[in-house]
Amino acid sequence: MKSKVPLYLLSLIAYLGMPLGVIWMNRIFEERHVFVLGMPLLLFWMVLWILLGVGIMLLVHRLNPDNLEEEKEATE
Amino acid sequence: MSHQAISISIIGIFLVLALYLGIRASKGKKMSLEEWSVGGRGFGTAFIFLLMAGELYTVNALMGISGWAFGRGGAAFYNITMLNFIIGYWLLPKIWKYGKEHNLISQSDFFIKKYNSPVLGIFVAVVGFISMIPYLIIQLKGLGLIISEASYGAISPTAAIWIGVIAVTVYVMISGIHGSAWTAVIKDILIVVVVVFLGLYLPIHYYGGIEDMFRAVENAKPGFLGLEDKGYSTSWYVSSLILLSFGYYMWPHAFIATYSGKNARSIRKNTLMLPLYMLFTLFVLFIGTSAVLQVDGVSNNDIAIFAIVKQTFSPWVVGLLGAAGLLTAIVPGSMLLMTTASLIANNVVKALRPRTEDRAVMNLARWLVPVVAAVALIFTFNSGSAILLLMLSGYGFVSQLTPAVVTSFMKRNPLNKYGVFAGVTVGVLIVAYINLIGATMGTFFPAAPSWFQDLNVGIVALLANIVVSLIVSAATRSLSASRDSAAAESAAVKGA
Repeated sequence: MKSKVPLYLLSLIAYLGMPLGVIWMNRIFEERHVFVLGMPLLLFWMVLWILLGVGIMLLVHRLNPDNLEEEKEATE
Repeated sequence: MSHQAISISIIGIFLVLALYLGIRASKGKKMSLEEWSVGGRGFGTAFIFLLMAGELYTVNALMGISGWAFGRGGAAFYNITMLNFIIGYWLLPKIWKYGKEHNLISQSDFFIKKYNSPVLGIFVAVVGFISMIPYLIIQLKGLGLIISEASYGAISPTAAIWIGVIAVTVYVMISGIHGSAWTAVIKDILIVVVVVFLGLYLPIHYYGGIEDMFRAVENAKPGFLGLEDKGYSTSWYVSSLILLSFGYYMWPHAFIATYSGKNARSIRKNTLMLPLYMLFTLFVLFIGTSAVLQVDGVSNNDIAIFAIVKQTFSPWVVGLLGAAGLLTAIVPGSMLLMTTASLIANNVVKALRPRTEDRAVMNLARWLVPVVAAVALIFTFNSGSAILLLMLSGYGFVSQLTPAVVTSFMKRNPLNKYGVFAGVTVGVLIVAYINLIGATMGTFFPAAPSWFQDLNVGIVALLANIVVSLIVSAATRSLSASRDSAAAESAAVKGA
């Protein structure tokens, strides 16, 4: 079985990206009142990271060896 | 027709439809306890999706999140998150697999098997019980508020709660989890339609567009759409995002929804789709924000959504919102009722009297549904301060189970049953204490810098839990090891 460590790392990026960025986003919004796609910056950041998070996790899902293994088990 | 008659008829039609689908759901199913509580482990991606999504759009999502957007602005944005689903992606398939291998039907079963301790199972059932009853009460109170608002006061909250509870009790007794899954179908269709429509219409109608709305609000109340410097600050926001992501799947009914899956892959897929579905919460935020400059003087932020909808639309729309609200209360309510009843029947009664037959356990679970419903009703109508305290604490309580679940999948679990028992007890007591005195980090660490004081105080309970679990487990290692080897020896002797 291939190592899952890279997949865990990708998941960690998907997990931490949103909360860590909040600190900067809020500071920028306080200073400059930025709106992106109609939303205040902080809200845009949250939506952006849902989409990025899902994208990263879809990649993880594709590479996840567990899926293949289960398929094998099911067909055996 | 009068205003009341129109909106009440619409709500009534949806209630009858839900009841019909809920009862019909049992058709052609032989109801064993496994079928009734976890759908015979045969639900595909679509149904699990609906069951888990049920958790996304509860009464709290509709009233609470719009209320926060109305009252607290930027702080409400933490509801747009997917951190919990990333944890779910890795954790849930493990829980599902373990459940399948050992035929588990409850969260307590999981602890009994993993920690080899029926007593711990009862303890976990009790923690689940004291967390779920207040959660059920929140749904019921929300239901009463929604219906009395949507009926322009024609139906009292008390009457609404009775009607809702009777309907749910009937279809849960008959169909179990199948009823929840089928009513979730109309609930989710209705809620998405209503929320998207309102979330687009209200900003455009009052402000000309979504960006115009946000700019108008920010101009009128500078800083409202960001975070506060103190209190609901960045450090509160970030710590809450992370902390709340741990407890999400620790509800007893979340385990049940997981077990109901057909295979691990359908569960994984589900955790990838739910974040996209959760984006509809955006529209709830838009609705709440649209009320900021249009509605003043509501007695309770939670009814801001009804205030703005009633002043804008005819009773038809109010009725639809009421129907959507009704369903957001009864679908999660039905899962809670069913889970609680099967938990008591299976993990308390059967655990204490192991020779009870499966058939009898099933019947008991069924008849416990009205009993649990009655208990919830009593507390809903007489909520003293103790209940209010529990209502604040439910999420914090179940979160205390997280460390024990996660470590149980390690090759060498650093925790044993004594450690889990001690740690969870300490965690639960701290959560209760925090909510009792309204503590913040500042209460515990008055000299700390302000960013530290704003951290979500739930961290204290979880850390204390982890530390106590580890210490007690280490201290009792020899005890449980010698017991286990003694048990193994006696089993070996018997076998020989």
